[in-house]
Amino acid sequence: MTALADAGTPPIDDRSVGRDQSFGSEVSTGMGRLGSRLLNVFAGLALAYLFAPIFVIVLFSFNKPAGKFNYVWQEFTLDNWLHPFAKSELFDAFVVSLQVAVVATIVATIFGTLIALALVRYRFTGNGLVNLLIVLPLTTPEIVMGSSLLTLFLNPPQPLDSFSWAWNDERGFRTIVIAHILFCLSFVALTVKARVRGFDWSLEDAAMDLGARPMRTFRKVTLPLIVPGIAAAGLLSFALSLDDFIITLFVRGDEKTFPIQIFGASRVEVSPQINVLATMVLLVSVGLMGAGTLRKARRDAARTPS
Amino acid sequence: MVQSRDAPAGWGEGGETALNEATGHDVIVLEHVTKRFGDFFAVHDADFAIPHGEFFAMLGPSGCGKTTTLRMIAGFEVPTSGAIRLEGRDVSRVPPYRRNVNTVFQQYALFPHMNVFDNVAFGPRSRKVPEAEIKTRVGEMLEIVRLEGFAQRMPQQLSGGQQQRIALARALVNFPSALLLDEPLGALDLKLRQAMQIELKRIQREVGIAFVFVTHDQEEALTMSDRIAIMNEGWVEQIGRPEEIYHRPETVFVAGFIGQANLWQTTVDAASGDTADVTLGERRITAAISGRSVRRGDPVTFMVRPERVRVSLDEPGNGHQAVACRVVDLVFQGPVVRFALDAAGAEVVAHVGADEQLPLLRPGDAVWASWERDAALLLSGAAADAGDAPTAVGAET
Repeated sequence: MTALADAGTPPIDDRSVGRDQSFGSEVSTGMGRLGSRLLNVFAGLALAYLFAPIFVIVLFSFNKPAGKFNYVWQEFTLDNWLHPFAKSELFDAFVVSLQVAVVATIVATIFGTLIALALVRYRFTGNGLVNLLIVLPLTTPEIVMGSSLLTLFLNPPQPLDSFSWAWNDERGFRTIVIAHILFCLSFVALTVKARVRGFDWSLEDAAMDLGARPMRTFRKVTLPLIVPGIAAAGLLSFALSLDDFIITLFVRGDEKTFPIQIFGASRVEVSPQINVLATMVLLVSVGLMGAGTLRKARRDAARTPS
Repeated sequence: MVQSRDAPAGWGEGGETALNEATGHDVIVLEHVTKRFGDFFAVHDADFAIPHGEFFAMLGPSGCGKTTTLRMIAGFEVPTSGAIRLEGRDVSRVPPYRRNVNTVFQQYALFPHMNVFDNVAFGPRSRKVPEAEIKTRVGEMLEIVRLEGFAQRMPQQLSGGQQQRIALARALVNFPSALLLDEPLGALDLKLRQAMQIELKRIQREVGIAFVFVTHDQEEALTMSDRIAIMNEGWVEQIGRPEEIYHRPETVFVAGFIGQANLWQTTVDAASGDTADVTLGERRITAAISGRSVRRGDPVTFMVRPERVRVSLDEPGNGHQAVACRVVDLVFQGPVVRFALDAAGAEVVAHVGADEQLPLLRPGDAVWASWERDAALLLSGAAADAGDAPTAVGAET
């Protein structure tokens, strides 16, 4: 009956905010069509507010700026997309960012997952304390975290002197990776913990009951079932690392990551290649999200008994 | 019949006798097993044996220690003291993956990311059985549980009853010397549960190994088991065949937990050997003592099942014990009439069958409640030891 009442609205609205619409018209039966129209307008505005900046990024990757600053629309061109790596400093910084993100994500995902499993699976003394401490790196203001990390890298505490390999050289790639692992670790541990909490541990009992040793139980039963949660946590921590500016700024030494390079160069030049690279990252993440959603939808479909 | 070159003893034809000679006729032996979690005793001094091929139930209210006992046999818990023997070998500290028993879990615990074939093949694969043999074995097991065409299905595509059968196949494919079942029918609806009871019995007869079965449903335990262990608050109260447990309970708890029972608290006037005298109302009554012996002055509980109680207007003659009562309530239920009577403050419940000649009675009428002498038992201890509402527990049929 909702569909009948809204038959007059343009089809585009039906698709974009179809759900809100039917929900709205049911609640506001008394208000009738005016109410549901207003709701559509507000929903549309909210979406525009959310997506306008992203749209501008993509749009200006096709711009041919008059000077060095890609701020004003001039004319359409594909040049930037044909030469995405034309600015070598920008490309180098992009590669550095990718390297940092890959290393930090791998390390943080492995250890964060183990922390999450331990926190959920076992009751041990200090369980509550670890739960609390794991949140701290995320709630501490980045500016505080960054400056404190810099202090630490400049003055290694005496007992840690033997680990001086971590900061014996100049600050740079290594210190950035260490800092990124720090916040990614907390992030992965929290995300995986939320996913693992609903895990049916009797499955592990069943595997061991059937003769699987603990390693085989983990590889064949536990891991495959929590891998979607781990993958999601890894992807998000990759994005966090790629994007980090404040902490990186403190610990980077002379190294330049993608955000640092853009910010540093922005006084003299904002090239459209920035938009091209940003759009690429956007496409990759949207692609991954789409693949994940598709996979889930297919699995849900398989689950319904035939 | 399942035949396999690798079948551990207890499965093949010749294996059983050879095994029985080697290890005696018990597959599982618990020797004074106690399990403590901190200050809490989950199991107290469990000491019993389960022979090969027996259908053995552990029955009790939740928290009685039956599941902990099962988990100790499976290897998920280590006894605080005592020993568990499987086919003669002490396995108290052996991890589950090195014990030759398998478990059917309460919610089946099928691996959701594997299809039925891979679920059933998981055990043999863990034990490095050649893939060709796994294929035949899985096929045989799916046949036994009557789900031959389902190998490629995912567990989520199966109904509760089918999942239950797959869980059975997945456990039995390892040729365990005993199968452990943790409330396996609890998640099924009533009709399916009754069908699965018959099915479980059939499969047990077919494979011939011991099934150790945990349940809180007394009807299920009475229907399916060769023997039942009744547990309460960590103690094994009584072990016996269903009819023994029903007709000759040894503790007040067992009398109240299995079926319905009239339980009257009183004290011993005189005791001699197997019988003792107590006073009910104004009458001195002699009854057999069941379970622990009692002495003069001890608190005891007098027990008689409602279906053994007769109701009459006149005092019955010799050979019957009787108390004078007043009718409180009566309910006609077709095959039986249920009476609630009052005998000087004590409640008496009587289920009177259709073949009895009943006078027309109304609440308030004075009657006699009577029973044959062998229908009554004296149990050591007070009725307060029994379950929450002893006379309310019981099959409604």
